[in-house]
Amino acid sequence: MKEQLEAIRSEALDKIVQVEDIKVLQEIRVTYLGKKGSLTSVLKGMGKLSKEERPVIGEIANKVRDAITTALNEKIQKLEEAALEKQLNQETIDVTLPGRPVNVGGAHLLTSIVEEIEDLFIGMGYEVREGPEVETDYYNFEALNLPQNHPARDMQDTFYITNELLLRTHTSPVQARTMLEYKGEKPFKMICPGKVYRRDTDDATHSHQFRQIEGLYVDENVRMSDLKGTLDKFAKKMFGEDRNIRLRPSFFPFTEPSVEMDISCKVCHGEGCNVCKGTGWIEILGGGMVHPKVLEMAGYDPKVYSGFAFGMGTERIAMLKYGVSDIRAFYTNDVRFLKQFHQA
Amino acid sequence: MLVSYNWLKKYVDLGEITPEELADKITKSGIEVESVDFFAEKSTNVVVGYVASCEKHPDADKLNLCQVDVGEETLQIICGAPNVRQGQKVAVAKPGAKLPGGMKIKKVKLRGVESNGMICSLQELGVDEKYIPTDIATGIFVFPEDTPVGESVIPYLNLDDAILELDILANRADAMSMLGVAYEVGAILGKDIHFPDESVTVEETMAEEHISVEVDAPDLNPYYGAFVIKDVEIKASPLWMRNALIAAGIRPINNVVDITNYVLLEYGQPLHAFDYDRFNSDKIVVRRADAGEKIITLDEQERTLDEEMLVITNGKEATAIAGVMGGANTEVIDETKNVLLEAAYFDGGSIRKTVKATGLRSESSSRYEKGIDPNRVKKAGMRACHLLQKYANGKVLSGVVKFDKLDRSEKSVEVNVGKINGRLGTEISAEEIAKILHRLKFNFEQSNDTFTVTVPTRRGDISIFEDMLEEVARIYGYDQLPYTLPAGSNQAGGLTVRQTLKRKVKQYMENVGLMETLTYSLTNEANVQRLVSPEIQALQPVPVSLHMPMSEDHKYLRLSILPEMLRSLSYNTARNQSDLAYYELGAVFVSDEEKLTKQPSEQLRLVSALTGKWVEHPWQQEMKEVDFYVVKGILEGLFHFLELPVSFNRGKVDGMHPGRTATLAIDGKTVGFVGQLHPSLAKELDLKETYVFDVNIDAVFAAFEDIPQYSDIPKYPSVSRDIAFILDQEVLSGDVKQVIEEVGSPLVKHVQIFDVYQGENVEEGKKSIAYRLLYQDPNKTLKDEEVEASYKHIVEMVNSKFNAYVRS
Repeated sequence: MKEQLEAIRSEALDKIVQVEDIKVLQEIRVTYLGKKGSLTSVLKGMGKLSKEERPVIGEIANKVRDAITTALNEKIQKLEEAALEKQLNQETIDVTLPGRPVNVGGAHLLTSIVEEIEDLFIGMGYEVREGPEVETDYYNFEALNLPQNHPARDMQDTFYITNELLLRTHTSPVQARTMLEYKGEKPFKMICPGKVYRRDTDDATHSHQFRQIEGLYVDENVRMSDLKGTLDKFAKKMFGEDRNIRLRPSFFPFTEPSVEMDISCKVCHGEGCNVCKGTGWIEILGGGMVHPKVLEMAGYDPKVYSGFAFGMGTERIAMLKYGVSDIRAFYTNDVRFLKQFHQA
Repeated sequence: MLVSYNWLKKYVDLGEITPEELADKITKSGIEVESVDFFAEKSTNVVVGYVASCEKHPDADKLNLCQVDVGEETLQIICGAPNVRQGQKVAVAKPGAKLPGGMKIKKVKLRGVESNGMICSLQELGVDEKYIPTDIATGIFVFPEDTPVGESVIPYLNLDDAILELDILANRADAMSMLGVAYEVGAILGKDIHFPDESVTVEETMAEEHISVEVDAPDLNPYYGAFVIKDVEIKASPLWMRNALIAAGIRPINNVVDITNYVLLEYGQPLHAFDYDRFNSDKIVVRRADAGEKIITLDEQERTLDEEMLVITNGKEATAIAGVMGGANTEVIDETKNVLLEAAYFDGGSIRKTVKATGLRSESSSRYEKGIDPNRVKKAGMRACHLLQKYANGKVLSGVVKFDKLDRSEKSVEVNVGKINGRLGTEISAEEIAKILHRLKFNFEQSNDTFTVTVPTRRGDISIFEDMLEEVARIYGYDQLPYTLPAGSNQAGGLTVRQTLKRKVKQYMENVGLMETLTYSLTNEANVQRLVSPEIQALQPVPVSLHMPMSEDHKYLRLSILPEMLRSLSYNTARNQSDLAYYELGAVFVSDEEKLTKQPSEQLRLVSALTGKWVEHPWQQEMKEVDFYVVKGILEGLFHFLELPVSFNRGKVDGMHPGRTATLAIDGKTVGFVGQLHPSLAKELDLKETYVFDVNIDAVFAAFEDIPQYSDIPKYPSVSRDIAFILDQEVLSGDVKQVIEEVGSPLVKHVQIFDVYQGENVEEGKKSIAYRLLYQDPNKTLKDEEVEASYKHIVEMVNSKFNAYVRS
């Protein structure tokens, strides 16, 4: 029997070496090791052996089975590896060909700026308020200390719809509405972004429609230095930590004292150059301490409360920050313009 | 306001400060200096010369041969100017002189005759055309006879002056005069002010013997003062005065008119000179105009007046529109002998209305509008009399004939050191505040930390504490304020739910590949009617129009964003940008009132317009133009993202393709539409196939559930079944789907259409639509019988409802 087993082994191993097909190898496995395989049938004759011979032959038989199994597995693995390698070779592609394009959209630059400013002030505890674009004369002017025939109404040429209704010339009516809503009782901080309209002929620096963002803080003991500190933070976040601000006295009917804020020129940092027309400073926004009449009309006692307010043109901020030279570009919607800023 | 640096020096000592430094200081303390212009570029070696003789050039008709005395020598100069004459004093550029623009004067020969210099015009001396009076705009400049020969022309022509252009805002009417600017500069520099000479030697005759004053409208004219100056000599005003006027942008005319203008600029008080004899009356009557009353003003225009306007009359007819412009028939002319001088106070509001109604704006009206100093009215009249006596040899009659109800009282404002520092965030001492008030030339009484300030009437803008606060702060210096952050208010900032949703919707639109646009809210008549969403149309909206539009293109408030967005699309396609996918979130303005009495409702709409290719991947032969289902898919995705059910139904919208338009509804209420732009509208707009949608996003937000609640993830397996129905072609797949969902409820969780087929093996007029049904029971594993029963029921219902049968 021992010879028989040895014969099976050498025959099987010989075959395994020669075969190069996984299918055939599986057949070999059945032929030798299967239920009706040659090794199995040899082992069936073990019953005829003596007690002493049985374990010896058994051990030999196991060794033969292991040898064949190992040889089979190794050969199969080798063939599989070769097949995989062949497949991978065949599957190789030109990775430099372009991928399937994904449509990339984006926000309008002005919206991006508005959201940037909103987030900046939200971080300082401001809420965001909105209001109607068609306003009453009362909220747009009267409640802001701009009575009929006030010379400062000239500063804002207005699109009237009727004697009483108009397109708001600034987002300030939202301030008046917010104060009234809080009934003169609650300190608050808010900003109000929105579209505004003025009777201007559209050209490179004027637009009959534009966007503003205004801010308002009302509380007890609000100081003008708080306005200065807040605006400085805004300017540095918006334009860079190396920029400085300068406040100049100005006039708005709804604030007293009033300020105009300049930011140091990014090119010369205040020294004066061509970009800033030699002044070293670029005008950014207006603001001031809320006029006591405005507080009073909105129900806040000016003896108890004070506040600061500021307002800026979004287009101006965008033009300064991104170097856009013609305000009309924001409204033409030239796709080549829009695409320049979809990541902004 | 144009401020001459040289002129300003008459009132305040400017020391060594340069015009640019001065401009910077003025800007920083309150009045923006828009520009600093130098009157002329530098020139050297140009002196006053005397034309001793002037003859024709022997060989040239248009040239003159002049002998010009320039002090040390006499130069022979050939001059081509037509106005050169013997006996003139002229500006001579000597050989070696440098003129603006780099011109150098050398000895030359002109047609064989030697010329040793040049007689100059103002232009050649570098004066900007805009400052040169028209009567001397051609030819050389001629000096007054008393100008000393041989001296440099620079001071005589004010060539070394700098002009500061001040932007005066509505509150600083006081700075619309040289004296006002002097006060401002005095406060900034801490300097005193020198006042002009108002002294007059009057005649014995009283002015009231020649004129009386009657005011019928004291509310609009609380003060009217009349001076009479006899025997004036009309001539050119002195050179320095003409230079001053030129620097201020006002054309010199004659001495009398120049003096009224000079004092207007000096005091900020408008004056008017009538020709007394042409005034033709011994009575001035100030009254409201009659409706339709006419006057021919100085500019030779006939003006029609109304009852809101104030006029100066001679008792019979209007001789001036008060405070705005005089009449032509009483104007001072070369023959004028006697002058009637008006110094009056008119109400700013009334002048403002008149200016608006007539469109006439003058140096006078702009000052009245902003408010003048009641204490300077008469003084200005006196100053003018002083100058008329000196430079027109006038005889000033005694006394001012006046009507006087003018309030000249000064306000007083209390300021407290603690309150000032509390509001500014500073630590300014009482001494510093006192110093600032001194610099401003405000009188005050101090008791410890409280100042009672008497506000001079020239500062009409100051009446409350906050006004004084600004005065103190600006002289102290805004740049000295510390930087602090608010100490109070612990409010949590943030966005509202609606604002957050708006951002999310925008983010979604951008993520699926759309570009945000911004279009105008104002549109034209054609566009305001176009593509109005059906649910807005149902409200029978009346377009809201502007009272006075600036153009037909921006006349109406939009009822849809789409027309202006399509304009942007056309703009791009005309520039070879043909693949466009745009969206915008913005308001439309809806009102059903014929005549607007209340604010229109402002509805937030989400609109989109797409044209051209949607997918383009050429080397894989993948290419897809935008079609209905691309756009619908974007919308479905949005509603899926918001977890809101929405239904699409066949709909008709003007301007849209009748067979390719659907309306959207939430809970059965229409909220917008989607579809293809009507091919004829697309053609009109030069667009190719274009798809749009317009959704009332406010209505969408209203249906949105702010905080979604958790539901269990299903534990039991789902089962899917496919059915293909043969349907009549007109049957809508969505209607069938709805029936499947209704009948299959609650076990059918999801119905998907996976095949639509027409053609071979499907008879004419029919189509096959295949649905995949997903069955699931959240509580147990479904049994085959349950699914089978439901499936059968669905097939029966669909078959009977739509005349359908199952495709085998």
